[in-house]
Amino acid sequence: MRRSMLFMPGNNAGMLLNADALGADSIILDLEDAVSPEEKDSARILVRNALKYLNYNNCEVIIRINSIDTKYWKKDLDEIIPLKPNLIMPPKVSCAHDVQVIADYILSIENEHKIENETAIIPLIETSLGVENAFEIAKSNKRVKAIFLGGEDLTADLRCKRTKKGDEIMYSRGRMVIAARAANIDVYDTPFTDVEDEEGLKLDCEFAKGLGFTGKAVISPRHVMCVNEVFSPSKRDIEYAYEVMEIIKVAKEQGKGAISLHGKMIDAPIVERARQTIEMAEAMGGVI
Amino acid sequence: MSKIVNSLNEVIKLCGLKDGMRISFHHHLRNGDNVVNIVMDEISNLGYKNITINASSVFDIHYPLIGHIRNKTVTGLEVNYMGGVVGREISSGILDVPVEFRSHGGRPSDIETGKTPIDIAFIAAPTSDNMGNCSGKYGKSACGSLGYAFADAMHAKKVVVVTDNLVKYPLYDFSIAETYVDYVVCVDKIGDPSGIVSGTTKITKDPVGLMMASYATKVIQHSGLLKDGFSFQTGAGGASLAAAKYLKDLMIEQKIKGSFGIGGITSYMVDMLEAGCFETLMDVQCFDLRAVQSIRENPKHKEVTASHYASPTSKSAIVDNLDVVILGATQIDTNFNVNVHTDSNGYIMGGSGGHSDTAAGAKLTMIVAPLSRARLSIVVDKVLCVSTPGNTVDVLVTQRGIAVNPLRKELKDRLKDAGLPIVDIHDLKNLAESITGVPKDIKLGNKTVANVIYRDGTLLDTIKNTL
Amino acid sequence: MKIKNIAVAGTLESNDIYVQVEPNENGINLELESIVYSQFGEEIERTVREVLHDFDVKNITIRLKDRGAVECAIRARVETALKRAKGVDE
Repeated sequence: MRRSMLFMPGNNAGMLLNADALGADSIILDLEDAVSPEEKDSARILVRNALKYLNYNNCEVIIRINSIDTKYWKKDLDEIIPLKPNLIMPPKVSCAHDVQVIADYILSIENEHKIENETAIIPLIETSLGVENAFEIAKSNKRVKAIFLGGEDLTADLRCKRTKKGDEIMYSRGRMVIAARAANIDVYDTPFTDVEDEEGLKLDCEFAKGLGFTGKAVISPRHVMCVNEVFSPSKRDIEYAYEVMEIIKVAKEQGKGAISLHGKMIDAPIVERARQTIEMAEAMGGVI
Repeated sequence: MSKIVNSLNEVIKLCGLKDGMRISFHHHLRNGDNVVNIVMDEISNLGYKNITINASSVFDIHYPLIGHIRNKTVTGLEVNYMGGVVGREISSGILDVPVEFRSHGGRPSDIETGKTPIDIAFIAAPTSDNMGNCSGKYGKSACGSLGYAFADAMHAKKVVVVTDNLVKYPLYDFSIAETYVDYVVCVDKIGDPSGIVSGTTKITKDPVGLMMASYATKVIQHSGLLKDGFSFQTGAGGASLAAAKYLKDLMIEQKIKGSFGIGGITSYMVDMLEAGCFETLMDVQCFDLRAVQSIRENPKHKEVTASHYASPTSKSAIVDNLDVVILGATQIDTNFNVNVHTDSNGYIMGGSGGHSDTAAGAKLTMIVAPLSRARLSIVVDKVLCVSTPGNTVDVLVTQRGIAVNPLRKELKDRLKDAGLPIVDIHDLKNLAESITGVPKDIKLGNKTVANVIYRDGTLLDTIKNTL
Repeated sequence: MKIKNIAVAGTLESNDIYVQVEPNENGINLELESIVYSQFGEEIERTVREVLHDFDVKNITIRLKDRGAVECAIRARVETALKRAKGVDE
């Protein structure tokens, strides 16, 4: 279950200690923008050790490496891949080829270390070219499990201001969702950057959910709870999901090919959504 | 007629101070206090020796006490809380006789029953008239409630009001009545306002603290106590305040009308009062400007005496009617005993304050603390000092799990059913140590530097000197 | 390996350790300050010496100011300092 992804600065020893206790479904240990050029080596080694010695059992671990146009990305992967993080997040991905270059290098490291477990990839799309190529990026490699929209850098590329309302990234958001769903993978929305504005965060989350995003990245631990709440199925959604599964069972027993619930035909996509909802509900337990 | 005396020098002589007597102070001016220092300077200059000080708390600003102890002006100390600067020296053994630590409820009780009789009480008062009707609510050094000063005023043999804001008679909105006061002295500054109260207390921005606060609120929510008539107390630390904020939002959402909030009042408690979460705030101490303003202006925000708040020998006290209290800890052991007197190296830097009183009285006592601080687990096998006994502590909330005292099986089941991460306290300790490593035990000396007197008068623990 | 330059790593922030290394011709000179010296001083020194051993460093002056870093952070910062001192073979 991945509703929230929390960015954590990779060179901060204190934050790495508690990264997995902040309620986020996934943590993004950041070797890129959160780390100055002089400290890239330091962050890399610290994150590697964190993966090795701290048991991040309660959450998924994502590493944001440096982009492939820097001198750091290969060293990042050299240190990290042997520790088998769940996902790598390459920034500034603009085309399928970018993904391929990274996937190939990851594979070479895995072969060298005889690693079976496959680290997945979640490309961060934050350039106009990237948005334009969203679908091909989404289906470029079987390691790609989701795509993630980076609004801040994107608006720089679009030559416009980044606003809370987000009109300027409206198209990009919609495009990302379509690309991801067409490729049958998940899709994540850009973080809300005003740490203090709780109302604004909620509106932004609800908007993203309304568009079909799977979840949202956050830059502050204070935003995690809201994101988790908004992107969790509601009580009604869960009740409905159980009703769907029940009625399908009934249909099977009665030998019916098609069945309706509350006046609506229940077809395969609805059953699948119900199944996913129940899975999420069970993963959440009683507490969000 | 006037009780005004022109100088501290004069008033000390008028009160008939003698070597070996006991004098008292309250701590409502906190780390901005000037009064203890100027009174003690005068007493020292006049050559008195072997004075015992009973101060409800001693803060870092009172470091000159160290000099007075070294030259034997002061040979006895009784407090409810001691800051780290003076604490460190006490821990090294500069006093021949152990410090007596009491709680905020135990101190007025012992003053009233004569266990610690006060010869002269010095009452720092932000505003007073010439006959000694005084208050903490007004004046440039306003501190709000004078809760801890009442027992002193009512039971000391001689009572001196020390103020920096003299007003015309009568100060009709008085807290302490002239009937208790012998003399009034006016000085330039009784304290520094910025040290007396915080401009604003702020909830923590630390994500771990917020996580703890969030869990704490959920525990309260599922405890069965959060319903109309609910009463609550929380500390002034960042995570405690965050819990107050979350609780307020929850109470408003669920339309719960509580009865009272007590403490230690901060702007967050004032927010709760103004939002209608409580009928009243019972205030024994104000922590920030908003609390001071509220106690001055809002008739629902009441000053209460320390005895009323927490004395075990009053006919009844507010803590006995309290539903939930949120407290901190430097250490907690696997029997839920809590240490708030010393740090992990055994240096004195705290004290019970109202900790043991509220823990004894509240239906639900919650300790909210991070699982470890700077590589040291909060959960230990044995605390360096028992400040509050484990049988009065119900729940430990950390960012990595919640432990419930085995004495509260029903509560534990409730919280587990609600889906909260309930773990055994031993498992929490092991989890902490799996991250931090296992620390070497601290070695302390053989000299007792402090006695921890529980609210029932018994000796709860002793604190040994550091090496 | 040989330590060629002075190098630093880490910070004085909570839960971190500040490490400074310098070349030295007479063995390992280790100076440790720590806020948890009583509880973990021996442990920290042992860890540092292990890392020096792993990287085959025989001559070094290493000064550490610890603010409660856990073992994996201590190892990381020492390793970073050694690599920055350009004395360590990859």
